[in-house]
Amino acid sequence: MFGQLLAQHFVHTALLAGAVVAVVSGAIGVFVVMRGASFAVHAISELGFTGAAGALLIGLDPVIGMIGGSVAVGGVLGVLSLRGRERDSAIGAVLAFGLGVGVLFLSLYQGYATQATNLLFGSIVGVSDRQLLELAIVSALVLAGLAAVFRPLLFSSVDAEVAAARGVPLRALSIAIFLLLALTTAEAIQVVGVLLVLTLVITPAAAAQRFTARPLLALPLSIAIALVSTEGGILLSLEKSWPTSFFISAISFAFYLVARVVDAARQ
Amino acid sequence: MSVVTVDGLGLRFGGRVLWEELTFSLERGEFLAVLGPNGTGKTSLLRILLGLLEPSSGHVLVDGRPPADARARIGYVPQQRVFERDVALRARDLVRLGLDGHRWGIGPAGASAKQRIDRALAQVGATPYANASVGRLSGGEQQRIRIAQALVADPALILADEPLLSLDLAYQNVITTLLDERRRTAGTPVVFVTHDINPVLGLVDRVLYLAPGDWAIGAPDDVLTSETLSALYGTDVDVLRVRGRVVVVGTPDDQHVHHVDLVP
Repeated sequence: MFGQLLAQHFVHTALLAGAVVAVVSGAIGVFVVMRGASFAVHAISELGFTGAAGALLIGLDPVIGMIGGSVAVGGVLGVLSLRGRERDSAIGAVLAFGLGVGVLFLSLYQGYATQATNLLFGSIVGVSDRQLLELAIVSALVLAGLAAVFRPLLFSSVDAEVAAARGVPLRALSIAIFLLLALTTAEAIQVVGVLLVLTLVITPAAAAQRFTARPLLALPLSIAIALVSTEGGILLSLEKSWPTSFFISAISFAFYLVARVVDAARQ
Repeated sequence: MSVVTVDGLGLRFGGRVLWEELTFSLERGEFLAVLGPNGTGKTSLLRILLGLLEPSSGHVLVDGRPPADARARIGYVPQQRVFERDVALRARDLVRLGLDGHRWGIGPAGASAKQRIDRALAQVGATPYANASVGRLSGGEQQRIRIAQALVADPALILADEPLLSLDLAYQNVITTLLDERRRTAGTPVVFVTHDINPVLGLVDRVLYLAPGDWAIGAPDDVLTSETLSALYGTDVDVLRVRGRVVVVGTPDDQHVHHVDLVP
């Protein structure tokens, strides 16, 4: 059974799509965790859901709506470049309203509810060749963007005051990271769904930074954890017909627990 | 040539005048303390010197250039602010950001960059914890790393904004000694914003005192007197010397009486 599935084309496509999304999620996650922006990731993905539901309602491709919703929220958060408590409550308020609108859109939508369920919980095995190509292109763009702003982004993420003194453009970088994050989130939604985006964007990076304090090592480590979680999750879901998203989140969480234990043992 | 030239500088926020006609220059090796109560523009003055804030009037030159073009020549030391415990950043990474953190790309550090980082870490005595995560260092150790970060690019000027805040006495000494060494050996002048002159009293050449709407600059013994401060504040202010420390009493912001609100 497992062997037969492994020979299927759709499984190959799923594994490739998972890899593409894992690499980009693991990479950007390092900066998200450094900036303490986990909640923003959640908001961006939920508003991506609202965008997708809106697109379904008016007969558009939900992926377009999702990217639109994510990028709009990411852009707004980037422009505001709020910090600390203010950001927390502003995101909470916007997220709650956006989700409410999404619920309305879904209730008005008369089509197949599966599409909505797929958005919420992911549908990696349904990825088409064309979608895979789109995912790969967006990932390449995000990775190129991250590489281009790597140093000033690191500087502004961990040490904003001194970065500003050196002339690093904080607001422009805040907009850049949130837009890249929105694109990443819109990708990750297609694999693990709106509700589990954090499992690819936050958990691997949070685990990686407990394994190492070197930023240039945390990055590949976070990518590796995201990759193993995603590919492992897809393979396990072939063996046992539980949701892929569950396996992915379970594996990445296991990495996180191990990281905490290792870190505690080193103290 | 002076390292810093400030000529006829004025700063207004809305209708409020912070200062007008502020004029001074800073020579190589000088240690200038900027003193004054909150809200008189001490940090704004640093931001103007960094080219991050446009003054309302007047001109500034840093290292012979407009401030925005001189940023790479300025070492900046901020207030001690605790890093998150888990941040993926070693002490040497923080120092490195002071060298090339403003440049684009990933740019793995070359051999000469590594040498400069090691030298800066050694200068401040931080070699033993160079590879430790900054989030796990004490506040004083973090501030030592901050000095290395400010020195690593071989600055022509050091700006420090309350760098001693929340440090214990021993570490206050470490930090001021490091800055003093730098200006003596390399001639790098230091602008040191502080609310308390005493930790640096033995080091400062001149004091710039910013009072609400007025300012004075000169040697500590000339500025920190009852006469000068009374004239600045327009009210009776007493400057006392107690066991080699300066104590200022009677400024309008000096609140010794605590109000107790009675709940009915």
